[in-house]
Amino acid sequence: MKICWFHLMPYTDLPEDFQKKHSSVWVDIDSRLFDPKRAHHMYNDFMDELEFAADCGFDAICVNEHHANGYGLMPSPNIIAATLARRTKDTAICVMGNSLALYNPPTRVAEEFAMLDCISGGRLIAGFPVGTPMDTCYAMGQNPSSLREKYREAHDLVMQAWTNPDTFSFNGRHNQIPFVNIWPRPVQQPHPPVWIPGGGSVETFEWCAEMDYVYSYLSYFGYKAGLATMNDFWSKMAELGKDRNPYRAGFLQFVGVAETKQEAMKIYKEPAEYFYGRCLHVDPRYAMPPGYTTEETMRRKYQSQVAAVAQKGEEKKAVSGLGTPADMSIEFIEQEGYVILGSPDEVAEKLREVAINMNVGHLMLLLQYGNMSKDLTNYNTKLFAEKVMPQIKDIFDDKWEDHWWPKPMAKAERAVPAPTTREAAE
Amino acid sequence: MSELKTRTITLNGVETRVWEKGAGAPIGYFPGFGGTPRWHAFLDELAKTRKVIVPSLPGFPGGGLGHLELHNHLDWVIACGDLLELSGLSGGDLIGVGFGGALAADIAAVFPQKVRRLALISSYGLYDEKDPITNVWAQRPGTVQNVLCAKPERFTELTAMPNDYDPTEWQIEMVRASEAGARYLWPFGNTHLDRRLHRITQPVLLLRGSEDKVIPASYQEKFAAGIGSNAKTATINGAGHLAELDEPEAVAKAILDFVK
Repeated sequence: MKICWFHLMPYTDLPEDFQKKHSSVWVDIDSRLFDPKRAHHMYNDFMDELEFAADCGFDAICVNEHHANGYGLMPSPNIIAATLARRTKDTAICVMGNSLALYNPPTRVAEEFAMLDCISGGRLIAGFPVGTPMDTCYAMGQNPSSLREKYREAHDLVMQAWTNPDTFSFNGRHNQIPFVNIWPRPVQQPHPPVWIPGGGSVETFEWCAEMDYVYSYLSYFGYKAGLATMNDFWSKMAELGKDRNPYRAGFLQFVGVAETKQEAMKIYKEPAEYFYGRCLHVDPRYAMPPGYTTEETMRRKYQSQVAAVAQKGEEKKAVSGLGTPADMSIEFIEQEGYVILGSPDEVAEKLREVAINMNVGHLMLLLQYGNMSKDLTNYNTKLFAEKVMPQIKDIFDDKWEDHWWPKPMAKAERAVPAPTTREAAE
Repeated sequence: MSELKTRTITLNGVETRVWEKGAGAPIGYFPGFGGTPRWHAFLDELAKTRKVIVPSLPGFPGGGLGHLELHNHLDWVIACGDLLELSGLSGGDLIGVGFGGALAADIAAVFPQKVRRLALISSYGLYDEKDPITNVWAQRPGTVQNVLCAKPERFTELTAMPNDYDPTEWQIEMVRASEAGARYLWPFGNTHLDRRLHRITQPVLLLRGSEDKVIPASYQEKFAAGIGSNAKTATINGAGHLAELDEPEAVAKAILDFVK
């Protein structure tokens, strides 16, 4: 079992009346709320937290990409990943990832990921998200009708750039490049492991199976809501003749550990309610640009809604992942499984159940969320590493091998960052 | 007035529906947001004195997945020019509304022989960041009719599912119609038509609903200035962006008088 520590880097100073006074945390969030001098401290705290997680023994530290977003301050996750490559030694660095259609030309992604792989000595996990509608179509102006074909073409270009040893020309619909020849090349050959963050569309399941990539379901709504999607994923793998290796999959889960559940409910109340209240306050006008969701996925979604209505005789609330219920109390958040809260034993038991039921080998954990302070984040991280991790680390390892994990250079071959001080030089 | 006839033509290998009603000189209709999922009152008004031909634009209702064959603006203009030929409209009068207006105007500019007289209702194709167009693709779910029509129920009626239709497929077709428009107009509706307006030499009627919440009034002036003295403008009182849905009789009368 691989346990990955994920940071979204949320802006921690959104005002208490944010939902009342502002229409959205994303796309047209009021930039006057942003204080760069406060952000200076946030970024540095967040990087400290990631480095601390690496030091505590998490298998990977993860960063991701968002744009014009009050809960994700990493328009360029590669910048953060570069600092982590220098400041950590053995931990995998998971960039989850670069939204391929947003890079012009996408060879930029092949280059920067190769740089990260070289700097880190082969510790990079390369994530390729399509990107959310808010990020891609509204904040970055991409056409929703051609986004996915542009994404696929960019993927093909990056893969060829990594694997073709010769200079070649690329004659695509969206990219025409006479000389593709990236320099540097990745340490990991033929290329770093590729993980695809997804939102449950069947085409992405199929594509991951075809390409032999990890499918990582990044939902903010926990294991209860996520189980159906992961069941669909494994049904599709079975249909396509793929094995049930749990390392084909990743799943995102929020966690808060304390000495007791009661204590956890108390200390994680504010950051959890901040995240599910203020951070997920997304204006639904930016949720559904036409063409972003494929017709096949729409067909499945509508049909399952029609079936649910027929079965229950009531309108089933669509789980769009957007729009926040009025009562996002810690009790509701815990009860729905959005955040797993409890003592180390309780959390370990629940995560064991989640991993086994969903058959997921890569747990992507959010131990910092909302306006959680550095002290509380480090407490959560340390307690998890010391008391929870040992209880769940063994899951799957007797039976399955992770073919989708970085293969770094041998430790003895890797550089140790050793900047020379001026004093020493003299 | 004759009955509504349905024909199927093949455009870029995609089966495409053509609706036809009435007798007389042909007049074509390129619709706006949502396309033409059903025949409506405005088309009946025209069909009293003219042969009304309504070819489905690629990706719009009746146009299948034709939009996916089109990768740039030139593809769209050529395909819709071919559509005029295939549906028997070439050389006839043409009406373009909103999304459809941008294509109708470009066809008139690029293939002048295909269009006799052109009526544009609140056409897309230009963009002025100082007086921006309302983004119809950034409306909250279930509210777009409020910006499209002065009488929002008119758009709701246009897009209501017929009794004999599969509900899933109907919803998908409605989203597809919006996607098809987005495919050539995202995000602003700016096809740089301003550079080609001077090539439109046919008589042009520029109509606009007084209550249009999508395209500001200044665009009507920009179209008129770009086209020149062969353009004339008129306002339909009480109508919104899809003026022909709000005020079918007044819009039909203005156009029929113009193309006489």
